[in-house]
Parts: sequence; structure tokens; C-alpha cells
Amino acid sequence: MKRKAFLSAFPHTLPVMAGYLFLGMGFGILLESNGYSFLWAFFMAIIIYAGSMQYVAIDLLASGASLIATAVMTVMIQIRHLFYGLSIIDKYKNTGKKKILLIHELTDETYSLVATTTVPEGVDKGWFYFFISILDHSYWIIGCTLGALFGSMVNFNTKGVDFVMTALFIVIFTDQWLSTKNHIPAVIGVICSLICLIFFGPDHFIIPAMLSILIILTLLQKRLDPKETKNPDEISVQKGDEIHA
Amino acid sequence: MRSIPDSQAVAMIFIMAAVTFFIRGLPFLLFSGKSKTPSYITYLGKVLPYAIIGMLVVYCLKNVSVLTTPFGLPELIAGVAIVLIHVWKRNTLLSIGGGTLFYMFLVQVIFK
Repeated sequence: MKRKAFLSAFPHTLPVMAGYLFLGMGFGILLESNGYSFLWAFFMAIIIYAGSMQYVAIDLLASGASLIATAVMTVMIQIRHLFYGLSIIDKYKNTGKKKILLIHELTDETYSLVATTTVPEGVDKGWFYFFISILDHSYWIIGCTLGALFGSMVNFNTKGVDFVMTALFIVIFTDQWLSTKNHIPAVIGVICSLICLIFFGPDHFIIPAMLSILIILTLLQKRLDPKETKNPDEISVQKGDEIHA
Repeated sequence: MRSIPDSQAVAMIFIMAAVTFFIRGLPFLLFSGKSKTPSYITYLGKVLPYAIIGMLVVYCLKNVSVLTTPFGLPELIAGVAIVLIHVWKRNTLLSIGGGTLFYMFLVQVIFK
């Protein structure tokens, strides 16, 4: 069962492998140039495991930020992850003890694979998600560690290689667009983010973007989720929730 | 070369890890316990991924300036190329690998 889950999960992780090896190495190189050996890179890749956060971590370490400033900064950068769990509650349901690990390894890229990939017929979903998560994590650990070990020897021009992650999300966005006739949620995501980016700037737009996406999707629930209007029980539950909220 | 004591660095790393884990796990803590997931959350599970991927595309491009040279042109050209090649061939690795190499060519050779 595990073997089957591994074999069906692995191909989905290949784009992330390319991205994480490059981005991880970029992190390792930068960390090493700040005086922290590959052991630190390895350690951080295992326990923090977050791309953009680890890059910021280098600045925080170099500037000697306070522990409180570190915590606040982490919340600011990672808050978008609140959305990920929220939208895959059912996918990770009944995954047993693996859930702790699945949560720890829920990065942007792993989320985007889990949220958009259908578990193949006859494959255990818990193990499928487990292998997607742990494969992605291992690429990241390898990339970060190798970067810190050998980064200084790399002498080809890597400018622009970080676009690999943007490319991954553009491809997933395109796949999602082609897979459905209802483009309203995708358009809401892009438009809200763009408007908030223009008004709040690159460092502060993510929270307003998340809030506006959530509010608009909530207001559109009846329109976008036709099943809700067919089942009277569900409507009463939903109304009850609204009162509590 | 390290500017702070190692003990502080380790404490900072643990804080970053703990806060990150907490944020990732909070929705599960709030909504997994119930035997039946509230219909509102099920609804979000259906529509939110589409919106989030859109948000992530914008997030990746957030530091691109469209007001100064090269006006975001490398990102725009490479982005459009990725969409076209993906609609055409539907090969994820080709779209991502080709798109990234094309972008590197643009920023290293054309728009340097």
C-alpha cells in the first residue's frame, strides 16, 4: 500500500524538486556567507521548513532581532498558511498520526499539490499526502544543506532561477483554470490580491488580501455553492454559523 | 562573522519553527475535532484553493516594479509563454523548466 502511494505521489513532486533544490541552495549559500555552517542550514530546513521565512531568517539572525520581533515577523510572513489548512480540512481528515507531520510540512508548494491533485483510485490518501509532503521536505533539506556545503563553488549565473516557483504556481493556476467552468474564485483571488498589493504595498498586502478574498467568497456562497440551497438542513446550519460569527 | 550568540540564534530558529507550525495547524485544531465538517468549511474547501493559487501567483510577483525599467516585462513575457506552452502541451515539467530557463535568458541576456 505504501509502495503504491509512493509511486503515485513521486511524479507529482518533480516540479517541486527542481524548485526546492535551487531555492534551497540559494538559501544555503546566503546562510553560509553569514557565517552559519551547513549544520545550521540542515537544522533550519528540518524544523522551520518554509522558503520565504528562512530567507528572512537570515536577515533576522544577521541583525540580531529580538525574540519578540522574530515571532511578530514570522506571523506576518506565514499568516497566509492559515488559508491552507482551512481549505483542506477534509482532505487531511482521518490521516491518523501522520497529520502532525502533514501539518508541519504544509508549505506553499506542498499545499498547492495537495489541494489540486486527486488521489488515484485504490491509493490510500493518508500515505499519498504523506509521500508528497515528505518528498518535498527532503528536496528542501537536500537543497539547503548542499547550498551551504558547496554553494561557494557554484560559478554559473543563477540570476532568475527563483522564477521556478512563480512558474510552478502559474502552471497550477492554468491547470485549475482549465479544469473548471467556474472561474469566479480564481478571479477573486487574483483581483483582491492585486488591488491590495497596489494599496498596501508588497510587505503588507497579504492580510488584507486574505480578508477580502474570504469576505467575498463568503458573500457569494449561495451563488457559488448551489448544493446549499437544495438542502434545508444545511441552510439552517449555515445560518446558525453566521449568527455565531 | 556571526553577530549574535548561538544560543539566541537557536532560540530564534525555534520560535520561527513553532509559530510557523502553529499557524499551519490552527485551522485543523479549530475544525477537525467535529465529526462532520461545517458546510461553510466544506464550501471554502471547494472554492478557496482556486483563489489561493491566484493569490500565490501575485505573491510571487509582489516585488516586480511595473513603473521602473524593465517594467515587469520579463515576468509578463515569461508568464504568458508558460501559460501558452502549458495550454498547448499540458506537460508540467516542460512548462516550468522551459519557462524558468526562458525567464533566466530574458533577465540575463535581453533585459540586463
